Amino acid sequence: MAYVALADRGQILSHPHSFITKYIWSQDHKVIAIQYGITAISVGVVALVLSAMMRLQLGFPDTFSLIAPDEYYQFVTMHGMIMVIYLLTALFLGGFGNYLIPLMIGARDMVFPYLNMLSYWVYLLSVIILMASFFVVGGPTGAGWTLYPPQAILFGTPGAEWGILLMLISLAVFIVAFTMGGLNYVTTVLQARTRGMTLMRMPLSVWGIFTATVLGLLAFPALLVSAIMMTLDRLLGTSFFMPAIVSMGEQTNYGGGSPVLFQHLFWFFGHPEVYIVALPAFGIVSDLLSTHARKNIFGYRMMVWAIILIGGLSFIVWAHHMYVSGMNPYFGFFFATTTLIIAVPTAIKVYNWVLTLWRGNIHLRVPMLFAIGFIFTFVHGGLTGIFLGNVVVDLPLSDTYFVVAHFHMVMGVSPILVVFGAIYHWYPKITGRMFNETMGKFHFWLTFLGTYSIYLPMHYLGFLGVPRRYYAYEGIEFIPESALQLNSGITIAALFVAVVQILFFVNMIWSLFYGKKAEGNPWGATTLEWQTPQTPPIHGNWGDELPEVHRWAYDYSVPGEAIDFIPQNVPANDNPEAHRT
Amino acid sequence: MSDNAITDTLQPDGFVGIVEDWSADKQAFQVPWGKAMMWIFLLSDTFIFSCFLTSYMNVRMSTTVPWPNPSEVFALTILGNHIPLVLIAIMTFILISSSGTMAMAVNFGYRKNRKATALLMVATALFGASFVGMQAFEWTKLIVEEGVRPWGNPMGAAQFGSCFFMITGFHGLHVSAGVIYLSIITFKVNRGDYDRSNNYEAVEIAGLYWHFVDLVWVFIFAFFYLW
Ligand code: HEM
Ligand SMILES: [Cu+2]
Repeated sequence: MAYVALADRGQILSHPHSFITKYIWSQDHKVIAIQYGITAISVGVVALVLSAMMRLQLGFPDTFSLIAPDEYYQFVTMHGMIMVIYLLTALFLGGFGNYLIPLMIGARDMVFPYLNMLSYWVYLLSVIILMASFFVVGGPTGAGWTLYPPQAILFGTPGAEWGILLMLISLAVFIVAFTMGGLNYVTTVLQARTRGMTLMRMPLSVWGIFTATVLGLLAFPALLVSAIMMTLDRLLGTSFFMPAIVSMGEQTNYGGGSPVLFQHLFWFFGHPEVYIVALPAFGIVSDLLSTHARKNIFGYRMMVWAIILIGGLSFIVWAHHMYVSGMNPYFGFFFATTTLIIAVPTAIKVYNWVLTLWRGNIHLRVPMLFAIGFIFTFVHGGLTGIFLGNVVVDLPLSDTYFVVAHFHMVMGVSPILVVFGAIYHWYPKITGRMFNETMGKFHFWLTFLGTYSIYLPMHYLGFLGVPRRYYAYEGIEFIPESALQLNSGITIAALFVAVVQILFFVNMIWSLFYGKKAEGNPWGATTLEWQTPQTPPIHGNWGDELPEVHRWAYDYSVPGEAIDFIPQNVPANDNPEAHRT
Repeated sequence: MSDNAITDTLQPDGFVGIVEDWSADKQAFQVPWGKAMMWIFLLSDTFIFSCFLTSYMNVRMSTTVPWPNPSEVFALTILGNHIPLVLIAIMTFILISSSGTMAMAVNFGYRKNRKATALLMVATALFGASFVGMQAFEWTKLIVEEGVRPWGNPMGAAQFGSCFFMITGFHGLHVSAGVIYLSIITFKVNRGDYDRSNNYEAVEIAGLYWHFVDLVWVFIFAFFYLW
């Protein structure tokens, strides 16, 4: 039975008519993407507010007594988990993945739109469960976002009553939602490309999102399994992760379990998770740089293979998070080596980004500013990562503010800058309006410089040995007075950055109504999503015919051409400079 | 490469074919979407079961109390004879037979034989249901007669019961879901849906899932009962 590819079939899409099926129970990937995006950003704001509260406590411990020590733990935990999973993972894959994949590969929708819709609603459910933990007895869990047992489920840790259970359940539900969406993204990329769209003609955004989704499908199982086992430990009194232990002066009924097993499972998920967040950012930033520098991406094939290699390697480095848990020195050696090997393809990517800019016709528009800002913060966070990857350097720095500075640089600030850049970049396509350029530029500069002034000093605090996850530092002998003053400074910067984000929201909402009408392809980009017949694209994306692809995604400034870009769907001419494969 | 890349006419075999498939446009595998998606899902599910099984091995080694002897625990006394692992042997046999009937159903599906396909799928689902039934019996016996609980048991390490209930439970859920899934597809086969669309691929996709659940059982059997 010969199987006919999508591009060779006539496909019928039924168009919904009522408001509800069009905007709420919608199966259109673009609407689902926006639903994902808005939900993710909303919980992200919650996480941001939590971090502001923490910073107020740390910077001005005597002036503000907004939160108690218990609450500090709860806020750290919720902040970290929301940022990593419910904001960044959901936004990059559920949001940008949903919006960009079908448009960029020339499909009408995801392969299973109904499943795609369910994915969003289940994700929303997981968010609601997570938020519910703020309102239950004992509040949300304060176990830290790593949820290490035994303390995570022992009484005495805040939220041991209900918070931890809701957290675990919410994670499991999130994984179900992610799996439904993720299967769709992977299958769509593999099986539903349009005529002429070979894998090696796909824009790097699609490559990044695709590889990240594959990582997710293979990494989230470990989190699911550990969540199930911890739930059983907490509810049924099994001892998967629990050794014999005395808690609050009493011998518990636990015994014989292995807390280190949890750490292995968690980080087998946790490290790939870093790349689930990073790879889409890598891909998107490549497209932003190339488009706004009017130059082809440097080393496209190398970029693709680097993404794949990083994805593969990310599964064999996890124990670099566990150096202080104690392990056989040979294991430490192994994991340090693999960790440093990952730096190679990563560095290749950075070089290629910079070389893309080299002698390009750089337009410093808002998306481009964010993309270039990303290169700075990412190099910065990446370099400190090389320090921490080495066992002997990590041991003294582990659990200090150096680590906090490192991971905020590399997986906090960097992906967030890409998120902003990407939102500005695709805003005209998504809404059909232009945003306010000046406000956008202010937003960039204040955020970029602001985050630097938050995290740069933290490295120094780390060298002093200031421990992370502490509520207050008064009276600790080795922490000098100056460090406390620095902390106040950091807090002022953090509050400043938080407030500056208002610029972003105002710009987005104001422009939605009053922005200049956008043309279909305001940046002169080559990729297919800019070539849709309507802006914003309607349900089904393309007219009667799917577009046909004739070249790679980076034909910018081709010598001998009248205009400085050739869209992917423009038929080949005999210009030998144009790139056809 | 020509501009419009490859059409699905003649394709070269072997490694060259694989490379050409992958570097072609439109699709990487010449299979329907549902089938591709099922394969990817099963890959992800493999990771779930692998995590369960490695965790089980890990706690089995970390626990300080001796591990109960599975061939003793899972023995039945039938007509006065004490036979180790007998129930589990029957369960395994049934599940493997169900894979056989499933494979035959897929085969008849390809030949568009509605009756035979439906009948064989009913047989598969019944095998599956009886597997779950026997599992329920096994659980009841362990809980009621042997006093095994998830948090402890009289024979040795508490993790024995924890792992047993968790892993066989998770697998049992997969089988139960499979029985429901098969029933739905059987219903559609019987209604003639796939004759009308002239396409029995849904049967094959259900078959993939079913064989996977079987295969996983073989591993659970080997690691849990035979070790
Ligand atoms: C202006 C933005 C942000 C500020 C001011 C901020 C602030 C903080 C603070 C004060 C802590 C607690 C440090 C400690 O006591 O150990 C923290 C922890 C953390 N943050 Fe952020 N953060 C921000 C953005 C982000 C983003 C975008 C991410 C996304 C990856 C993120 C991920 C984390 C994680 C994973 C933790 C560790 C939680 C834990 O220790 O369990 N943060 N952040
Ligand atoms: Cu890591």
